[in-house]
Amino acid sequence: MKILSVENLSRSFGGIKANDDISFNVDQGSILGIIGPNGAGKSTLFDLITGYTKADRGKVEFFEKNIFGLSPDKISNLGVGRTFQKLKPFADQTLLENVMIGAFVKEQNIKKARDKALEIIDFVDLIEKRHHFAKELSTGQRKRLEMARAMAIEPKLLLMDEVTGGVDQKTIPGLVELIKKLKKTGVTIITIEHNINIIMEISDNVLALDQGKSIAFGPPKEIQKNKEVIDSYLGTFDAA
Amino acid sequence: MDKLIAAKSEPLWNTNNKVISVIVGLVILLFALPLVGLNSFYLHLFIMIFMHAVMAQSWNVIAGFSGQISLGHGAFFGIGAYATSFFYMEYGITPWISIFFGMFVSGIFAVLIGIPMLRLSGHYFAIATLLIGISFQVVFQRWDLVGAASGLWVTMTPEDSWTALQFHSSKVPYYYIFLVFFLVSFFAVWVLSRSKLGYRLRAVRDDPQAALSLCINVSNYKIIAYVISAMIMAPMGSLFAQYILIIDPDRVFNIEISIIVLLITVLGGIGNVWGPIIGASILIPISEYSRIYLGGTGGAVDLILYGLILMIICVFRPNGLISFIPKDILERKKQR
Repeated sequence: MKILSVENLSRSFGGIKANDDISFNVDQGSILGIIGPNGAGKSTLFDLITGYTKADRGKVEFFEKNIFGLSPDKISNLGVGRTFQKLKPFADQTLLENVMIGAFVKEQNIKKARDKALEIIDFVDLIEKRHHFAKELSTGQRKRLEMARAMAIEPKLLLMDEVTGGVDQKTIPGLVELIKKLKKTGVTIITIEHNINIIMEISDNVLALDQGKSIAFGPPKEIQKNKEVIDSYLGTFDAA
Repeated sequence: MDKLIAAKSEPLWNTNNKVISVIVGLVILLFALPLVGLNSFYLHLFIMIFMHAVMAQSWNVIAGFSGQISLGHGAFFGIGAYATSFFYMEYGITPWISIFFGMFVSGIFAVLIGIPMLRLSGHYFAIATLLIGISFQVVFQRWDLVGAASGLWVTMTPEDSWTALQFHSSKVPYYYIFLVFFLVSFFAVWVLSRSKLGYRLRAVRDDPQAALSLCINVSNYKIIAYVISAMIMAPMGSLFAQYILIIDPDRVFNIEISIIVLLITVLGGIGNVWGPIIGASILIPISEYSRIYLGGTGGAVDLILYGLILMIICVFRPNGLISFIPKDILERKKQR
């Protein structure tokens, strides 16, 4: 079953086409990986889907409901969670408070919201850090915080922007395992990644972007063999 | 799993019994003070501390919790003052009722001002509110119905009257009225800070973009904070009008009101319910004593002192004097 359908989504900034007629579908319960070189329009695509940037034209359907043009809060209220490439924790609040703010979407009672937040924090393996201020956490921990906060709104679709970006090599496997664990909960995931090995490992489908255009869409094995993707992005990966 | 169970069994708030005992003791002391014979000056001093603490608490809601720096909050003080005085003088309506009318009108104005203004952010919002505050003063200076520049002289009752909220023989009733409002507003904001609304306002303050991703309509929450803030400010204008029984635009819409609530909150600790209380307890005595020793308005020495204190605080203690107190004592934060 399709959870998200994107058709001809386009957005220009001045003369630059950040996203140019992007179309793809995402099946419920799957992971879609998005790859592309810097400036390919990956994060812009996230902003267009989640309403942070208004698209010039196109169509975005979430569970067959048109969400094109809705504000970000309304889109998130429908069950679309997201994390950010440039991390946006509520820095002066504790990890627990950060996640509770998300938990309040479904829980009105403060104790229930607190307990739900604790369960999610435990899920992302940060239970011992629950009373630490967000600004005191490492980058990897902040990535987990953002995932936990987004999960707290009980999303059906979760968009994650470069979960493993900017963290050290030791931290990456844990974050990858977390994404896999997250998938098992039934949530559908779209993730932007620069680490091609990770994207091939976790994705059911891959969307490759280059200069705002969609150049390939399909299972990872097909994408790896796609000449246009190799030329524009994978390069030596395939040769290796 | 054990750690999760342990975490869930923690109390929601870090309640420190010693702190609660101190607070209860202080409240009892505040109620008992007039009984031990405070003279008129000290009664007035406490009344001013209570009033300014509430006003600063009001400003703390919009600036400290939702992150919008308003420089025109005196407008809501003035609306409260005029609402009470005008309806008492024109229609004989008891101030106890018109206090609520003042709150209601302030709330309406907060919505009307907030809808266009809160689309602005940062300095732009601050400048816009500054101009709104000044425009209220200008309008009331020219509005004949409410006495224009001369203002309103509240008709005095021949004797003390709880109905008319006028007490000529002693300041003690005023002391208790202001004290009750002070305690109620403190408790209300304390509850707010620990509610779902409080959490969401802090999210709006810390990162509006992230707040949007958590189903928070940032614009609406800013307006809600502005309305609550205005409705806390207005009753202080009402009570102040009944306290001095003469109001005019230069007094109740003065830009100084908007600035002093900012100073008090920043000095005490912005975004913390205790901040305004600490700030008012220090700045108001400085103001009142300089007025006594230097005459008139204090020869502006109080303002110079305010400036100095503010500079010192901004440089050395940007989180205000509250930051001298360990967080674990007053707040719910960490139990590492």
